[in-house]
Parts: sequence; structure tokens; C-alpha cells
Amino acid sequence: MPDFDKTEFDLTSATLREMNSSLQDATSGAYSIVNPRGAHAIACGLKSEIDVTIAGSTGYYCAGMNQLARVHVKGSVGPGAAENMMSGKLVVEGDASQYCGATAHGGTLVVKGNASSRCGISMKGVDIVVHGNIGHMSAFMAQSGNLLVCGDAGDALGDSLYEARLFVRGAVKSLGADCIEKEMRSEHIELVANLLEQGEVAGAKPEDFRRYGSARQLYNFNIDNVSAY
Amino acid sequence: MCGIVGLYLKDEALKPQLGWLLSDMLVTMSDRGPDSAGIAIYSEAPAGRAKITVQSDEIESSFAALEYAFEDNARITRRDSHAVLEVAVDDVAKIKAEIEKNHPAVRIMSTGETVEIYKEVGLPADVIDRFEVRQMAGSHGVGHTRMATESAVTTLGAHPFSTDDDQCLVHNGSLSNHNRLRQKLQQEGVTFETENDTEVGAAYFADKMRKGASLDEALEAGITDLDGFYTFVCGTKGGFAVLRDPIACKPAVLAETDQYVAFGSEYRALVNLPGIENARVWEPEPATVYAWGA
Repeated sequence: MPDFDKTEFDLTSATLREMNSSLQDATSGAYSIVNPRGAHAIACGLKSEIDVTIAGSTGYYCAGMNQLARVHVKGSVGPGAAENMMSGKLVVEGDASQYCGATAHGGTLVVKGNASSRCGISMKGVDIVVHGNIGHMSAFMAQSGNLLVCGDAGDALGDSLYEARLFVRGAVKSLGADCIEKEMRSEHIELVANLLEQGEVAGAKPEDFRRYGSARQLYNFNIDNVSAY
Repeated sequence: MCGIVGLYLKDEALKPQLGWLLSDMLVTMSDRGPDSAGIAIYSEAPAGRAKITVQSDEIESSFAALEYAFEDNARITRRDSHAVLEVAVDDVAKIKAEIEKNHPAVRIMSTGETVEIYKEVGLPADVIDRFEVRQMAGSHGVGHTRMATESAVTTLGAHPFSTDDDQCLVHNGSLSNHNRLRQKLQQEGVTFETENDTEVGAAYFADKMRKGASLDEALEAGITDLDGFYTFVCGTKGGFAVLRDPIACKPAVLAETDQYVAFGSEYRALVNLPGIENARVWEPEPATVYAWGA
């Protein structure tokens, strides 16, 4: 039975299940998780507008499947942070390991350090803001949403991209198949300004970012090719 | 999966705690692989002496026979199914040959001036207790807990693998070109104990280093020649190195302080280390060699 009055969970004594089921049942309020010690699946499946602060670094799948909750990690996160997030926000003060924001449909993911490989893989509508760099194969098969990177991007950015928009301020090591640079129009400047604000980025100018998107040659069926099938 | 850990000490004062720290790291990784576990511990033998670590399933008869055969030229310390023969450096080759010839139930796990390797089927906590790893001192060490994919769950199929003096390798992943590479190394006279892919990786690095490559040069060459998934931690007499394949889907975390360099498959493995709160913690880049003391 979850303890509805409890607002602090110390993972050296509380079990992961007790902490997660209490947070999943909570409908309001602010909660803190201390001594996360790299544990997996912290603050997963939350579904209300609650605030959760995690005092340290986490393991796999932090804030996975999140809806509405605002989760703040005062450390780094392991693989798969905010995987399949639907709404709400995850802010990571440190770095994020591979495939953060994978398949996320909505909400905002902010990484104040670097994100490693496969950041935003198959993203479906989430906004991701990374203050530092991202690793290789980021936004692979990304379908919808925005990925904003203040630093550099690794190899094969946006490989097999659908309709997600990618903005990078620094260098892009290489673009993946069917990903091309596109013109920054006024609506994109406005969008980037909004993402910078949501992402708590200070001192960056929207004009410094370059836009990348799909050339739409891989996934659009071309009637001229009908004889090939 | 598989879980790997490694600890390379810079601070002499931590040496007596090496076994304890490494044990905690490995036990935390138990749920990444329950099949077998092993550790390599590096601690200097007295000057002019070397260590041969052996294993046998017939503990009593095998080790009694070794004690009898090498009464005059080896100091033998038994640890459960393993024993360490401390011998004069000049006697190593002769004694190894005699073991191979006259003691067929005994398998040689490692030789060298510093390394000792202990590995068995079972959970890390049990393996650590059997060999009293927590009491071991040393300068650096690596550990592995295995979820078997490429070869059988046996003592010899457990990691670490050692294919040359003071060298050892642990691996998370699977190599896809190990058969061809094994053939190639066999043609050059390298012998293999198992069908395991990681043994081929260890033999490949050992071969490079025998031919004059440094630890980081050997690993660098591996990026071109080894195909498959891997996060490797490699130990040598004084060195410690980490390498991930270019796709880098096998997890890895490094931490460094003034006192140590630590590796874990997950950050969880590092949380009990002294001063980890203020350590520099990062995810090693793909296809990039990280080496210390080499």
C-alpha cells in the first residue's frame, strides 16, 4: 500500500517499487528521491502533474513513460532516460547515456551536459534540448518533434529521418542517409528561441543554429518507381 | 549482457582494499549475468619470482600431486579450486611444461610476475567468497560476470582470459569474426583452450604486444581487425585499458579521481568507491582507446 503522505524516498531503505507506486498514485505535490545510487527505472510511469527531484545519478530508463510529471535529476542518467515519454518534463543536470528520449511522443527532455549515442532515436513528438554534444546515430528514424543541440553532433545525424526537425549550433560530424541541411526561416528562428527558453539555455542566439531535416527520398513512395515493385 | 568492472589504483594507500572494492563492484553487477564469474588481481610477486595460477576440478588429488612434484621449487598457496605456485622467474617455462605434461587435470589460468586469475561457474558473491577475493591486495584488477552466448558455461569459458604473461581481457559483447581470426593466429603458432570468442580477442591483443605493440597500440589495431560487439577491459603488468566498438551499444562508464580509475558496465557498480561523488565520471567514446599506466 503506497504511503500517500511520504514526500521523500531514500533508496537505501525504501524499495524501488514502493517509491514508484507511491509516485504513480500521487496527484499533486513535490517529492524527492535521495541516494538513487544509479538504480534503474526510477520515477517511471508517472501520470500526474507532480514535481520529483532526484538527488544523484540514475541507471537505465529514468522517468520512462512519463506523463505530466516534472522530473529533475541532479546528476547523470543511464541509458534510455525519458524513453516513451508522453508529456511532462525531464531535466538532467549532468550527462545522459545512450538513447535518451527514444520513441518519446511528447513533453520536454533537457540534458544540461552531453547526451551520448542514439539521442532521440525514433522520437515521435518530444522536444529534446541538449546543452552539450550528442553522440552518433542520434535522431535515427526520428518521426516528429524537435531536437536542439547547442554543441556538436556525432556521426550519422538523422539517418533515415522522417519529419522531426533537428537544430545544431556546433559541428555535425556527418549526416545520415536522407538527412540534409535546410534553410533557417523566420518560423524556425522563433521555434529555436522557444526551445532555448524551454530548455533553460542562457546566452545562445537562435540565429547561430543550423537546421537539418529529411530529404524525403527514403520514405515517400515515388510513383515513377512503381514498375520496380 | 555480461557485467564487467575494473579498478586501477593510483593511490598506494588503497592497495590493501583492492579486493574489497573490486568485489563490491562485481557483486553489484550480478544481475547482468549469473552464469560464471571471475577476477584478475595484479599484485607484485617478490623480486625474481613469478606466479602460476592453476585450477582443478579434482582439488585434493591435483594439488597434493603439485605440492609433491614441486616441493623444492614452488611455494604453493591453495584457494579452493585454484592454487598459486610462486616460483623463480627462470623456472616458469620448465614448470609450466611439466604441469601440462604430467598433471592433465590441472589447467593453467595465468602466469606472470603480478597477475592471478580466479574464475568459476556461479554467482559473483559465491565465487568471491570461495576465493576470499575481499582479502586480496593489489595495484589493479578486473572482474566479469557472465551471461553466456558464444560458448558453454564452464570454468574455462568464464572470463577473464589470459593468453600471455600478466595479460588479461574481459569482454561484454560477442565477436563475429573470431573463427577466421583464430585460424589465422593458429597458423602463426598460437594455441587455444576453448571455442570462446573472447579468448581469440585476448590472443589477438597478446600477439600484437608480443610483436612490440604497446597496450594502447594493440587495442587501436583491434578497432580495425575485430568485428562484432565489444566493450573490453584489458589488464597488463602495469597497465589498464578500455575499448568500445564503433557502434558502442554495450554500456560503459569510467570514473577517475586522484586515487583511482574505475570502470563499470553501469554507474551502479561505482557507487561504493571512495570519493565517487566528486569523481570525473563519463561514458567512453566509441572506437576510442583509453589507457593508463601502459
